Amino acid sequence: MAKRVGMEVSVAVAEAAGLADTDVVAAYPITPQTHIVEHLAELVANGDLDAEFIPVESEHSAMSACLGAAAAGARTFTATAGQGLELMHEVLYIASSMRLPVVMAVANRALSSPLSVWGDHSDAMAVRDTGWIQIFVENGQEAVDNVLCAFRIAEDHRVLLPVMVHLDGFYLTHVIEPILLPERKEVDKFLPKNNYPLPLWPDKPVTMGDFAPPIIYFETKKAQEVNLRASKEVILQYWDEFGSSFQRYYHPVECHECDDAKVLLLTMGSFSETAMTAIDKMREEGKEVGLVRLRLWRPFPLEELRQAVKNTEVLIVLDRAISFGGPGGPVCSEVRSALYTQDKKPKVISFIGGLGGRDITSAGFEYIVNRGIEISQTGSEQEFEIFGVRE
Amino acid sequence: MAKTEAELTWKDLEMGCIVTEPGNASQYKSGDWRSQRPLFDSNKCIKCGMCYIFCPEGCVEQNAEGYFEANLFYCKGCGICARECWPGAITMVEEEE
Repeated sequence: MAKRVGMEVSVAVAEAAGLADTDVVAAYPITPQTHIVEHLAELVANGDLDAEFIPVESEHSAMSACLGAAAAGARTFTATAGQGLELMHEVLYIASSMRLPVVMAVANRALSSPLSVWGDHSDAMAVRDTGWIQIFVENGQEAVDNVLCAFRIAEDHRVLLPVMVHLDGFYLTHVIEPILLPERKEVDKFLPKNNYPLPLWPDKPVTMGDFAPPIIYFETKKAQEVNLRASKEVILQYWDEFGSSFQRYYHPVECHECDDAKVLLLTMGSFSETAMTAIDKMREEGKEVGLVRLRLWRPFPLEELRQAVKNTEVLIVLDRAISFGGPGGPVCSEVRSALYTQDKKPKVISFIGGLGGRDITSAGFEYIVNRGIEISQTGSEQEFEIFGVRE
Repeated sequence: MAKTEAELTWKDLEMGCIVTEPGNASQYKSGDWRSQRPLFDSNKCIKCGMCYIFCPEGCVEQNAEGYFEANLFYCKGCGICARECWPGAITMVEEEE
């Protein structure tokens, strides 16, 4: 039986990668992710994890080393945040295009300048189109569970794609939570050994990441798009299998008090738990409000989202990133696109808040919901509303 | 390879466009890039092999009579052979096709 222990979420994430019997970790420390790789380095140094720990000189090298390890058939893990994720940027595309099942924890952090080590989703949104499977988690337990699921999903031969597990920097990485850490034998049962189908091996030479002239490049991109889209079925399968084994179930879109809600709030990541408190309070006051949490960001769960919001009148989307000079929040833009073709759709109201570690309290979420309702009735001259900035 | 690159659909590609056939770069027709082609004049050629040595594509070959010629499947028309040919046996001419 798994035992419930109080531990820092970063340590728990590292323990999860250890339980998965990771073969190679190549990483560079960066706040607020540092404790994850620090603890992995400790596990390797103490002989608790039989893995190669490659201390590289930058995140660009970290991801590059991960590519090599994954291409050789190793189970590969890394973690980064903010600027580190940006420095990896070009290599992220290569990991997904080459179909290398790297798993990475991203401790979401704001982007410079001015320098901020605190949390928001700017880093995640900047890597939206890199072709990785991307999962957002709300608490430490979900982070642990989804690191394990990430390996299972990534290494399945129908998928073979890298997976990012996004957890909010500081809000999750630096808090101590009660965590159920599964036992090794339970994890072994859920997670078979990695068996990469075409590894780099001298007896059967292959070329990976070759160049493609115009006559073939476009075909590779179509194949990649079909592949990422099709991975959803496998993700659902393994979340389901994980639930059967560990009694904790995950879904691409999760609903809280949605059934008869006339107004829904949509959030991602750890802020969802605060938003839930606000929704519960408003429910007690008799307001027909609910909360939708987007867990699977890529591949985008179009059907599940449409299903979740189809009976609601107002949908208020909170983004923790800005698309400067654009339509506002990147999540809201995608939600609007997903609903545009639907005959029956809610009014979608865009809010941006919680940038660079700015908190949104339960009262804040209540305000956002009430203000969203107001805008849905009166309209607004602005494309989106900014919450929590001193005017 | 059963199909040429031009015939391959996205479904035919190996996972991640991995190349499982070593040396298949030889199927890549770099001759498509050419705007000029080298003309070899056997009256001037002394079979010294400078063109063979300098060709960056490695596409200059010796024929049965010992004269050098470019394999136009690969020749990109860079003109380095013509520049290096000191007897002046190679002339670059416009591709007009």
